[in-house]
Amino acid sequence: MVDRTIIKAANLNSYFGTVQALKNINLEIYKNEILGIIGPANSGKTTFLRALNRLNNLNDTYSQTGEIFLDGQDISGVSDNILRKKIGIIFALPQVLPVSIYNNIAYGPKVHGITDKKTVGEIVENALKKAYLWDEVKDRLDLPAPRLSGGQQQRLCIARTLAIEPEIILYDEPCSGLDPISTAKIEDAMQQLKENYTQILVTNNTKQAARVSERCGFFLMGELVEISETTALFTHPEDQRTDDYVTGRFG
Amino acid sequence: MSTARGREKTAFIILGFATLLVVLPIVLTIFYIVKNGFSAISWEFITQSPRNGMRQGGIFPAIVGTIILIIGTMVFSLPLGILSAIYLVEYARDNAFTRLIKLSVVNLSGIPSIVYGLFGFTLFVLFLRLGTSILAGALTLSIMSLPVIITATKEAIEAVPYSFREISFSLGATRWQTVRYCVLPYAIPGILTGTVLSLSRAAGETAPILFTVAAFYLPRLPRSVFDQVMALPYHLYVITTQVPNMPASISFATAFVLIALVFLMNLVSILLRVHFRKKKQW
Repeated sequence: MVDRTIIKAANLNSYFGTVQALKNINLEIYKNEILGIIGPANSGKTTFLRALNRLNNLNDTYSQTGEIFLDGQDISGVSDNILRKKIGIIFALPQVLPVSIYNNIAYGPKVHGITDKKTVGEIVENALKKAYLWDEVKDRLDLPAPRLSGGQQQRLCIARTLAIEPEIILYDEPCSGLDPISTAKIEDAMQQLKENYTQILVTNNTKQAARVSERCGFFLMGELVEISETTALFTHPEDQRTDDYVTGRFG
Repeated sequence: MSTARGREKTAFIILGFATLLVVLPIVLTIFYIVKNGFSAISWEFITQSPRNGMRQGGIFPAIVGTIILIIGTMVFSLPLGILSAIYLVEYARDNAFTRLIKLSVVNLSGIPSIVYGLFGFTLFVLFLRLGTSILAGALTLSIMSLPVIITATKEAIEAVPYSFREISFSLGATRWQTVRYCVLPYAIPGILTGTVLSLSRAAGETAPILFTVAAFYLPRLPRSVFDQVMALPYHLYVITTQVPNMPASISFATAFVLIALVFLMNLVSILLRVHFRKKKQW
């Protein structure tokens, strides 16, 4: 079998000050899969996600040991802006800049040096189409983005991330503030994006992980308890703690 | 119910009275100045040099001097103040040393202006041998303005939501791109307010320019930055205390011009703020 690994975390330990947030994480993520990550609050799932594109490092107290490899290359040698161009992220609450829809999406290309108006226009249109937002906003790209509904804003965030052409998209509880219909639209978009992107979905909603992901990992108190095919993880988990969590005995 | 409403009324009266107490002196002062000085205001008063021991003629050199000093102060203190505030908020790591610097900056804004005057006199006039000159005066006023500009800019930058920075970093922007596109545009209105406030104060200060630039009587305009100039606050001090038989209306008219100048600066900043707010809204 060909090696499909795109990201590999080896002996990853994370600390905020003296508090350990991740304990010896070893994990491989395959190209073009949707990996679900579930676990209760404070289990380290968001810290793991933000370790991948080094957003944790914005916090002065953060430190980590161990390695993360992207396409076989240790990311500690890659500069922040190149790494984050390859690994995009969607935050829990829709976070749009208080500028127009167009300028929200054009921001990424702009900071990566794309200034030609026509090219940027095409990037914006393509990104909105891929995020299933184009039809709803194509006549009002000048509208301030904060005026969109929550679901639309979150799809705008996806479009904004797609505009920098990442290889990997991280989702940090992307639907926690959304209604079921908006959630369904985002899950649809994720299924379509599978062809070209590797996606990692951190979620509090175990049902969502079951619906969307192909493989799923369970984090608890900073440890990766178990990772396997999603159906296997939900039907016959190997670890008792996983069983307790997915059947709703705690969490 | 009735006691709650009674208390509400008492609170309303006390708060309203406090506001009145603050506003009233300002309104009265301006009214008094206009009432006593307006008769002396004329085109000649604004455009001519003083004559006859400053008892006649205008205050043109002092107006020009004050405007030159404001511009000079702006040139030195704006870039330095804004850049160091950006560094303190966005670049400097949060440690004891940084906190000490931030605390010192805040405390520096509480130092009496005469101390800055003496400091400027020692450093610029004597040690750096700039003499009593526009350069020395503008530098002294700049040093006095810096703490306020830095503090105001720092607060305006800190008020920009952290999420804007996070969005920018997450899209692969560098720190400078983030500051340039996602922080500064939203901080500009606040920076403007603080800056103009501190420049207004600089325009009206006498103590810092007393030993560093201000001329007692110099009817011609300056030819270089090494010249002395007359300045409105110092001129006002001179004609009210040092010149016998001075018509009071000229003093009041001079005060009126100084207030009008400061008001004009604030007006410009308000218009700029409205302009920037229109472009960016959140």
